[in-house]
Amino acid sequence: MLERFLFSYFNWEVMAEYLPNIVDGFFLTIRLALETVVTGIVAGLFFALIRSFRIRIINFFIILLVDVLRALPPLVIIVLFYFALPSVGIRMSGFTATWLSLSLVLTAFAEEIFWAGILSVPKGQWEAARSTGLSFIKTMRYVVLPQAVRLTIPPLTNRTIAITKGTALGAVVAVGEILNQAQTGLSLSYNPSPLTLGAFAYLVIFGPVVYLGRWIERRFAWKR
Amino acid sequence: MEQIIQNFFNIGILKAAFPFLVRGLGMTVLLCLTVVPLGAAGGLTVALLSTVKNRMVRWLVVIYTDFFRAFPPLVLLIFIYYGVPFVGIDLPAFVAVALGFFLNTSSYYGEIFRAGIESIPKGQTEAARSTGLSGFKTMAYVIVPQATRNVIPDLISNTLEVVKLTSIASVVALPELLYAARQGQSITYNATPIVAAGFIYLILLWPVVRLLSRFEHKSIALH
Repeated sequence: MLERFLFSYFNWEVMAEYLPNIVDGFFLTIRLALETVVTGIVAGLFFALIRSFRIRIINFFIILLVDVLRALPPLVIIVLFYFALPSVGIRMSGFTATWLSLSLVLTAFAEEIFWAGILSVPKGQWEAARSTGLSFIKTMRYVVLPQAVRLTIPPLTNRTIAITKGTALGAVVAVGEILNQAQTGLSLSYNPSPLTLGAFAYLVIFGPVVYLGRWIERRFAWKR
Repeated sequence: MEQIIQNFFNIGILKAAFPFLVRGLGMTVLLCLTVVPLGAAGGLTVALLSTVKNRMVRWLVVIYTDFFRAFPPLVLLIFIYYGVPFVGIDLPAFVAVALGFFLNTSSYYGEIFRAGIESIPKGQTEAARSTGLSGFKTMAYVIVPQATRNVIPDLISNTLEVVKLTSIASVVALPELLYAARQGQSITYNATPIVAAGFIYLILLWPVVRLLSRFEHKSIALH
């Protein structure tokens, strides 16, 4: 039994053979995750700032977009982009579809979190800053945002971590990230050791990230 | 425009695919009714274990939650569904999905319940114990009800994520909503079933998103 277990999950020969593929997947996962995080957070902040101008028609569309992106499962969005859009002539690679979907989802969550942070800054701060002669943009930049962002860090970190783990969904649309490489290895070798390697690769990436998230949560804990 | 209607909002295709989608939705609901209570109960257990005096147990709980939070749920699912049969244990897709979700969601629910329990002042425990309640009864009647109430928005938010996550079961051929939609697409060569599935998720989950959005604005504003 133990022998069979070791042969199946810790087969060094199979592991050595597929290690280079998993390493490729490892770097692709990191690239996909980083690109998603940067795009999502920057776009989320951008929309939150636009929303602060309180132009009714624009805000209506921001809220609509955010709600739709929060209600749809990320895999459904990826499948729509990759399998449905080509029928109207829009084609994109699996990587682009995954990156775009996850970025949009993160944008929606980040926008909500930043907006809640901006709302949390008391009105008196706005009024005081404006009455000293600061413009709207300068008030936002020097008074409101620094206070708002601090509050948003713990929820934003947790959400970002959860969404970057969605990079594994790319396996469904043939992105050669860790899970995809591991599955390919499994079906070629008919041995699940590549999956073990893949699991280990995820631990290497997300273990420290989860730990960091825990630390940030304590460091910036909200006073309830 | 006509091309979009033809490919995404095709009434004829929708009529044909509708029974499949309804059956898929039924499976999604069944899946949610299985994994949400299991995950929440597991999470509460995990949270309670993290309050015991024994250091070893607390340490194991932290390892459990961090370990399973580090894996993307799809990775857990693939590992269980495709990896476990190699040691001679054959798992039906539904069981594999339930198990993978349990490991993942119990960790998340566990973290939420733990935060809730930690939010209850120590005086509550001391007061309850001094009235003669046992440690267990104190937890069950005094701490857990208040703790749960304090984290209701987080519990709802996590449950929403779990419900959305059930769509990954399509990858292991469990015939839930997304799977049914993709089947519909490959049979009809038309993307309408996928668009329809998107709308079904949207209609069902939008009210929850609205509710959460109100909670969030309130909670940050009150901090």
